[in-house]
Amino acid sequence: MRTYWDLCVGFVRTGVTGYGGGPSTIPLIEYEAVKKYKWMTEEEFGESLALANTLPGPIATKMAAYVGFKIKGPLGAFVAIMAHIVPSLVGMLGLLGVLYTFKSSPVVKGMINGVAPVVGVMLAVMAYQFFQKGRQGLASKWMIGMSLFSLCVIEFLNLHPGFVIILFLTSAFVWSTYKESGKTLFTRKQIMRSREEEL
Amino acid sequence: MIYWDIFWAFFISNLLGYGGGPSTIPLIQNEVVNQYKWLTLKEFGDLLAMANVLPGPIATKMGGYIGYEIGGVPGLFIALIATIAPSAIAVIILFAFVNRFKEAPQVKWMTKSVQPVIAILLGVLAFQFFLTAFGEIGVLHLLILGLGSLLLLEKIKVHPALVIVASLFYGGIFLH
Repeated sequence: MRTYWDLCVGFVRTGVTGYGGGPSTIPLIEYEAVKKYKWMTEEEFGESLALANTLPGPIATKMAAYVGFKIKGPLGAFVAIMAHIVPSLVGMLGLLGVLYTFKSSPVVKGMINGVAPVVGVMLAVMAYQFFQKGRQGLASKWMIGMSLFSLCVIEFLNLHPGFVIILFLTSAFVWSTYKESGKTLFTRKQIMRSREEEL
Repeated sequence: MIYWDIFWAFFISNLLGYGGGPSTIPLIQNEVVNQYKWLTLKEFGDLLAMANVLPGPIATKMGGYIGYEIGGVPGLFIALIATIAPSAIAVIILFAFVNRFKEAPQVKWMTKSVQPVIAILLGVLAFQFFLTAFGEIGVLHLLILGLGSLLLLEKIKVHPALVIVASLFYGGIFLH
């Protein structure tokens, strides 16, 4: 029982103090899981984080699921996820509830209008960061080419972004597998040759 | 079948948002605004702003609230399950079996290959926000709020929640 309580307290704390979405809460989860409650070592946390990153979906809830599951099985995973998301979700329902109750008031209308450009700026900054990350990881010409391709397909042909994402994911998978197998093939050839020479 | 639609919308946007929370935002917008037309772009923007004011993961706040708006309490739970359960279950299963995917080059390249799509989606979304804001509040207020928040967020590094609260005040005072 004590452990469930700890899980609950630990994940409520990370849920209500982590600002800026999932990725920014990761260090807080690490603090609770590694330093405070010593549920796992730092290495183990790092490894599970790397593995969780290979899967799609929100990162914070994946980590909560893993930590909870490790300590207390499926119920632990459930407790950790709920503790992490419920407080902020209740806050969201309350805040928007209040805002929309006074929707017809000109002041609230003004507030809603005032916030739109800020959301625009935040999204533009995120777009820029993704673009820069992509340019470092993929080389500029690929990043620009792939971005233009996505722009054309999604905005001008009006196809679902999922098509482009799945196309890119499969090509990346096939391409990197091919590249890797090329390496091993090459080494195998070398081994064969050196064996032939020995003979 | 509204519940099925809710499930599908959040399942697909979280499944395709490879790389965590932020990359799912434009995908959620695509389902909720473009595909199913449950919200207008402006309403979606309000939600996003409020989600940024509050702490905690963005995807579950968006999912929970939109699910509740569309389908009441069952809608809320369905949206949450669609957002969280597939990846949470996958992470547990993955751990039970192997530990060798994480350094696979395939995974590294797959994560990178999604970045151009997300960058474009976010860019287009930002553009749409500026365009509607231009229509609503005119170019002067748009410039003040846009450049002001860019300066505060990126140069002075003010906390995003504070910038949003400040813009709410600005709007409440000057924009009605």
